[in-house]
Amino acid sequence: MSPSAIQVSTGAPLIACNGLRKEYRMGSEVVHALDGVSFNIGEGELISIMGASGSGKSTLMNMLGVLDTPTSGGLHIEGNDIAKMNRDDLARLRNHTLGFVFQNFNLLPRTSAVENVKLPLMYGNLHGFNADERAKECLELVGLGDRMDHHPNQLSGGQQQRVAIARALVNGPRIILADEPTGALDYKTGKEILQLFRKLNESGITMIIVTHDQEVGEFCDRQLVFRDGKLLSDSNNLQSMGAAE
Amino acid sequence: MSIIKCFQIAFIALRLNALRSLLTMLGIIIGIASVIVMVSISDGAQQQIDERINSLGTNMLMVRPGSSFFGGRRGGAGSAPPMTETDVSVLKELNFVEGVSGYLRSSGAMVFSGTNWQAEVAGIHPDYIDVRQWEIEEGRNFTEREVKTGGKVALVGQTIINELFSGNDPIGQRFRIKNIPFTVVGTLKGKGQSSWGQDQDDIVMVPISTHRMRVSGRRSSASVNSVGSISLTVDPGFDISEAEEEIKYVMRDKRKISPGSEDNFSVRNLSEFIEARSATQRTLGVLLAATAAISLVVGGIGIMNIMLVSVTERTKEIGLRMAVGARGIDILNQFLVESVVLCLVGSVIGIGIGFGLTELIGSLGEWPVLIKSTTILIAVGAAAFVGVFFGFYPARRASQLDPIDALRTE
Repeated sequence: MSPSAIQVSTGAPLIACNGLRKEYRMGSEVVHALDGVSFNIGEGELISIMGASGSGKSTLMNMLGVLDTPTSGGLHIEGNDIAKMNRDDLARLRNHTLGFVFQNFNLLPRTSAVENVKLPLMYGNLHGFNADERAKECLELVGLGDRMDHHPNQLSGGQQQRVAIARALVNGPRIILADEPTGALDYKTGKEILQLFRKLNESGITMIIVTHDQEVGEFCDRQLVFRDGKLLSDSNNLQSMGAAE
Repeated sequence: MSIIKCFQIAFIALRLNALRSLLTMLGIIIGIASVIVMVSISDGAQQQIDERINSLGTNMLMVRPGSSFFGGRRGGAGSAPPMTETDVSVLKELNFVEGVSGYLRSSGAMVFSGTNWQAEVAGIHPDYIDVRQWEIEEGRNFTEREVKTGGKVALVGQTIINELFSGNDPIGQRFRIKNIPFTVVGTLKGKGQSSWGQDQDDIVMVPISTHRMRVSGRRSSASVNSVGSISLTVDPGFDISEAEEEIKYVMRDKRKISPGSEDNFSVRNLSEFIEARSATQRTLGVLLAATAAISLVVGGIGIMNIMLVSVTERTKEIGLRMAVGARGIDILNQFLVESVVLCLVGSVIGIGIGFGLTELIGSLGEWPVLIKSTTILIAVGAAAFVGVFFGFYPARRASQLDPIDALRTE
C-alpha cells in the first residue's frame, strides 16, 4: 500500500465535503450545478476530478478554491468551516493554503517570470520568505532556472504553465488546484507537466486536478467522476492497480 | 501589503502603459501648472499692494481742507480755509500723534551751473521725512530753527541728483529755485514710482516757511500761515479710527464749526484707497484660482475615465490577484494608489511647468509674481485629493468584482 493511501484512511481529512450543493438561478429556472456531493480528500493525495462539461466539476473546483461559496452543505478545509469565513478570511486561505494552476496559465503579460511567481507573496508571506530568493527557488524547482527574466510571450506554453506552477508553489501551499492544466498543451508537454505534479505530490503537496481527459484521470491515484452535479464514482487507482498485481 | 509595495506596483503598471499614463496625466499637469501660475500672479499682485500700503504707512492720516460753504454756495475741494501752522502745533500736542508735518507744493524751475530742470518743490516740516517714510541717504534733515527762520536749505531726490547735478554729490552745493539760492543739506533715498506711475524722486524739499514766503509766493492774509495739508502718524499702539475721530473733534473745535454743520476738512487714511484696489485684486485672484480649479477637476475626470477603462481591461488580472490571495482592500489600494501616483507625478511635472511659466510671465511681462511654498503644498495636496476622489469609484468597482467572473473574462 502506498503512503498516501494510508493517510486517506487514518489522517483527518484535509478537505471534507458534506452534502455540498450549489444552485444557480437562470431566469425562472434553478440549475443544480452541484447536487449534494460528499467526499473527503486527505493530505498528500493526488486526485483527479473528472466529468464532461456541465457535470459540475468546475463549480466544485471553485468551491474547493474558495472562490465561490456553496448554497448549502458543509465544506471544511484544514478543519475550518468555509461558511463561517468572510471574504478576507477566504482570501487569506487562498493565499496561504491553496495554489492555483489554470488551463490558460493566467500570467501577467509584460511581466517577467520571476515577478509573476512573486505575485502571491505580495499579499501574504506566511513563512517569511525572501520574495526574490523564494521565487527563483520555485522556478528552479519547475526547471526554469534559466528563464527567470523572460516575459510570458517569450515562453512556450509548457514553460508558461511551469511559471504558473512555480507561482502556485511560492507560498508553500498544502493544496494545489489545477484546472485542466494540460488542456492548452500538446501531448508530450502535458505529460511533462503531469510528471512535475507527481514530483510535487511526492514532496507532500495535495494535488487536485480537474480534467475531462481520461488519461490524466488515470494518471492520478484517485479519481472522482461527476455527472449532472452528482458524484458518480470514487475509485482508487492504486487499489485497483494493487489488485491487478 | 506595504504602502511602498503599493507604489512600486502602481509605477510598474503605469509604466506598462506609458503613453496612456502620460496623456492621462496631461489634464493634471495642465491643471496644476495653471493653479501655480494663477495663484502666483495673484499673490504677486497682492504682495505689491501690501508693499505699497506699508510704504505709505498704515498709521498715517492726512488732514486736508474741504470745500467751503458760504451762503448756499459750495466751493470746490480745497476751497475751505487751508490748514495752518496753529493746526500743526495743536495736533502736535495730541498725545497719540507721533509726527506731524504740513505740506505745501508747487512746481518750480531750478538752475545749477548752467543746467536747468523743472520739478516739484515741497515745503515741509522736519517730521515729514519720517511721516511719509522717506529716508535721508546722505547729509541731514532740516532743523526746527531752519523751519522757523525760513532757512534757504534743500533736500533733493534721486532724479534731481541725476538731472540737475549730473549724478555728482550735491551736498553743500548751491543752486537756484525760482532764482532764489538754496544750499543742499541732504539727499533723499530713492522711492521709485508711486502706484499712480508718478516719479516720486523728482522732488526738492525745502522748509515750509521758506516755501511759503519765497517759492509759492502766497502773500495774501489767508495764506500767511498756511501749511496746505497735514500728514501725521499715529502711535502704532493707538487705534487709527479712534485717532481719526479725535482729530476731527479737535479740528472742528479749532475751525469753529458749529454742531450739526458739515466738516470743511477731511481726515483720510491713505491706505483706504489702496485697500479698495486690493479688494478688486482679491476678487481677481479668486476668479483665477477658480479657473485653475476647474481645469484640475477636468483633469480628475480624465483620470477617472482612464481608471475605469483600466479596471475593465484588467478584469482578468484582478481575478487572478484575488485567486492568489488579494483581499478586496488590496485591489482597492492598488487602483487608488495608481490614480494617486498618476496625479502626483502629474503634479510634479505641472509644478515644474508652472514654475517656468510663472518666471517667464514675471520676466517677460514684467508682471509681479510670487511663488509661495504654500502654493506648491496646495497644488500637491489638490492633486492627491483629485487622485483619491476620482480614483475611488473605479478602485471600489475593481475591489468588488467577483473573482470567478473576473477570471472567466477574456
